[in-house]
Amino acid sequence: MKKISFILNGEKRNAYVEPNDLLVDVLREKLGMYSIKYACGRGDCGACTVLLNGKGVRSCIILAIEADGQEILTVEGLSKDKLTSLQESFIDHSSFQCGFCAPGIIMSATELLNKNPNPTEEEVKEGLSGNLCRCTGYTPIIEAVLDVEKRDVDKK
Amino acid sequence: MEEFKFIGKSVKRLDEREKVTGAAKYVDDINFGPNLLYAEIIESPHPHALIKSIDTSEAEKMEGVVKVVTGKDFPYKFGLYMKDRYIFAQDRVRFIGEQVAAVIARDPRTAQKAAKLVKVEYELLQPVFDPIEALKEDTVIIHPDLENYPHVPWFFPKGGTNITHRLKLRKGNAEKGFKDADFILEDTYRVPRYAHCCLETHIAVGLLDYSGRLTVWASTQSPYTQRNLFADALAPLGFSHKDIRVIAPFVGGGFGGKAGVTMEIIAAALATTVKGHPVKVMWRRDQEFYNTYMRQQVVTKIKVGVKKDGTITAFEMANYWDAGPYAEYGANVVNASGLSATGPYRIPNVSIDSYCIYTNLPAAGPYRGFGYSEMSFSVESHMTRIANAIGMDQAEFRRKNGIKEGDPVAYGAPMNPNGLLEAIDKVADEIEWGKKEESKDPNKAIGKGLSIFWKAPAMPPNVTTSAFIKFNEDGSLNILVSGMELGQGYLTVMAQVAAEILTVPIEKIRVELPDTDRNPYHWQTVASHVTWASGNAVKRAALEMRDKIFEVVHAAYHYDKDSLYLEDEKVKCKLHLSFELPLRDFVINGIQTEDGTYRGGAIVGSGAFMPEFTSAKQDPETSQGGHPNVHYTVGAGAVKIEVDKQTGKIRILKAVEAVDAGKAINPRNVEHQIIGGLLQGLATVLYEDMRFDENGKILNPNFTDYKIPTFLDIPDEVVPIIVEVPQPDGPFGARGIAEHTMIPAAPIIANAVEDAIGIRVKTMPITAEKIAMAIANNKKEVTDFLMIMKK
Repeated sequence: MKKISFILNGEKRNAYVEPNDLLVDVLREKLGMYSIKYACGRGDCGACTVLLNGKGVRSCIILAIEADGQEILTVEGLSKDKLTSLQESFIDHSSFQCGFCAPGIIMSATELLNKNPNPTEEEVKEGLSGNLCRCTGYTPIIEAVLDVEKRDVDKK
Repeated sequence: MEEFKFIGKSVKRLDEREKVTGAAKYVDDINFGPNLLYAEIIESPHPHALIKSIDTSEAEKMEGVVKVVTGKDFPYKFGLYMKDRYIFAQDRVRFIGEQVAAVIARDPRTAQKAAKLVKVEYELLQPVFDPIEALKEDTVIIHPDLENYPHVPWFFPKGGTNITHRLKLRKGNAEKGFKDADFILEDTYRVPRYAHCCLETHIAVGLLDYSGRLTVWASTQSPYTQRNLFADALAPLGFSHKDIRVIAPFVGGGFGGKAGVTMEIIAAALATTVKGHPVKVMWRRDQEFYNTYMRQQVVTKIKVGVKKDGTITAFEMANYWDAGPYAEYGANVVNASGLSATGPYRIPNVSIDSYCIYTNLPAAGPYRGFGYSEMSFSVESHMTRIANAIGMDQAEFRRKNGIKEGDPVAYGAPMNPNGLLEAIDKVADEIEWGKKEESKDPNKAIGKGLSIFWKAPAMPPNVTTSAFIKFNEDGSLNILVSGMELGQGYLTVMAQVAAEILTVPIEKIRVELPDTDRNPYHWQTVASHVTWASGNAVKRAALEMRDKIFEVVHAAYHYDKDSLYLEDEKVKCKLHLSFELPLRDFVINGIQTEDGTYRGGAIVGSGAFMPEFTSAKQDPETSQGGHPNVHYTVGAGAVKIEVDKQTGKIRILKAVEAVDAGKAINPRNVEHQIIGGLLQGLATVLYEDMRFDENGKILNPNFTDYKIPTFLDIPDEVVPIIVEVPQPDGPFGARGIAEHTMIPAAPIIANAVEDAIGIRVKTMPITAEKIAMAIANNKKEVTDFLMIMKK
């Protein structure tokens, strides 16, 4: 067991891990971040996406020790106070159905909007193309992401 | 027209906030504490073999292993409509991936390591994978005891064969109908297997507590059905239904794959061997492909005769379904889709035979569409070819023959009110049907395809549902139902129904996920019937509460009950205009009268619903005489595609789908079903391409190689259209629409491909590879079927 430390959703957290423990398992089972979903185990579906130093990664194919000393953001971190305008937009659009893909898509979309606050529809599709959803046909998700951008522009 | 305040409004989903904050708990998000044990399943590596011996001794010795369980521990069969499945394989295995034994250990890694030490000795048997081959006289028999299996009365298994059910339908005189025809077209179509690909894999956690109660947390569409089947299968252990509890937290997709019982029974059974310890069974992605249900493959032979003017005179069809080795649920797919296999056409002479056939591919069963998608591919491809052959416009052909209210369906019952013609017209308008379009790129061709569809819920005739509603002190509501929120918006729609009756706003309503200890009975969330059935139960419960409210006000104020009404969470009176009493003032603690005493008390409501006009008592030789279906939902779909003549790749320029919701209680949710369901259907025809090796092993049990759509694969434009011809016995006129949205996808693509490049593909999927090969080889018809790779 090795002790690792990182900033998780703005708080310093420690965990004792085996060298072969996956980041998804440590975040869920040892640190209670159950928003992260395990669905394919090989980086195909994006359900386990978290932001590592602001960049979307698949926590099912990353070892927990690789996150030592880094900064991690999950949906729990976005939801602490009031929700982000992206999350509110998803609620307004009733975007998700079963919701299992939602946390991963929210993290990918958060990364996308951080890097590119005014994405085109094509950029949204490209930016989220590593996240699978079986229910929605994607359109209600794309509309919500594009609407965040519009709404934020309206505010200015 | 009646004015509604909540019905017909696109209110926001009730569960969305939980889902976008990560608060929504799915089974694996529940912390089961330090006593949690993990099961690893030992699976058959052979498609068909006898089990000669199982040696668990090495595995049992490993530190951390609590127990190793085999078929000997649970010699019980189970199944929804027929008991042909086993908790663990008994004397033989029948597909690769079948559960043979389980290791229960304190951590998953130990369980996995120990599972490798379980030694199973097999004697190989000849497998059979093709449903037609499985019918041959000298074929291997997969269930030698078939004739002894208990089953519902409307199944007709044939002992000594691999036929687990044969649906036989005869209406009019098909032979004479073909004599009357001016044109007859006969052909064969093939549809392979498909996987549901829920993002959340199957998972169940069982716990037998020290008092002897069995609780199972499951990712499920069917908590009550599971409880019933657990009680039935484990009856020798002496469980009463009241002592089995199934809890269904949020579910990460169902699509039929989490209906009935599959792997959940393993968790229930294992729990009984380790009292006091929860046991988790969670499928990895590859196990999800192998050992739940798949969609069945089918070979369809179809022959249709028409007059010169397009009138259909006769319809003959034989369907050979591959159900895999366990057909306890799949045989009902065969039955239900067979009864309705004509599609929504008025046809006087019909002959349909549907065979449900055991094979050694993985067990198959319900999948969104319940066999109608597969029938739709052959029938709607065929109808288009016939219309083209006699020189009639396809849309006109469908308008002419489309079924109308009151027309007898193939088994004789009258068709319900429906908006089929309106759906055809709207879809045709939207896709600019009849307007031929040319691509500017000489290497590309544009084509349009059209199709109509119908589907009825496939259920036992006496399927039932119920609801409880209770008020809270502030006049807010908790609705307890046992339908499942699969993502379709069930919770929201139930809230809308109650809100409309009780005038309580949606924000003040919670609808609880199923827990069989608390929420009342609901059969299972399948068949797209919950808006209709559960909606009726919730409506009845709300009406009962309204009656009680008026009763209390009458008791306290002596106002005539008929003069009372609800508005904005208040009781008002038509005769005393100044009277208004907020619900929150009395729905728990009653109304104080002049003498200081109280009237009323906590107001609760209950409602139940069961159709009382359905019957499965039909003549087995003709399927005439019963009333097996409650109603049909109809619709139409169309597509405009661009085919790249060099690569064969299809781009969907526009997709349109109209569905008759009766009354769309939440129009946006209906549109979202259309958008999502249509894409799921389009994927089955364009690129989902399951492949097995010659031994029945799946070659692509993962999302790298079994391609489901990504954000980049959606049509350029999707237009959802809602038609509303009310269902007389539906809540506010509503009927189900969710599964239906997938059904037209395959034939609209097949028809559009032919329109674009003159090639008719008669096997699914219609991949770029198939089209490019056909173009390269100058073929006008494609019959290649690639699901099982040959050596």
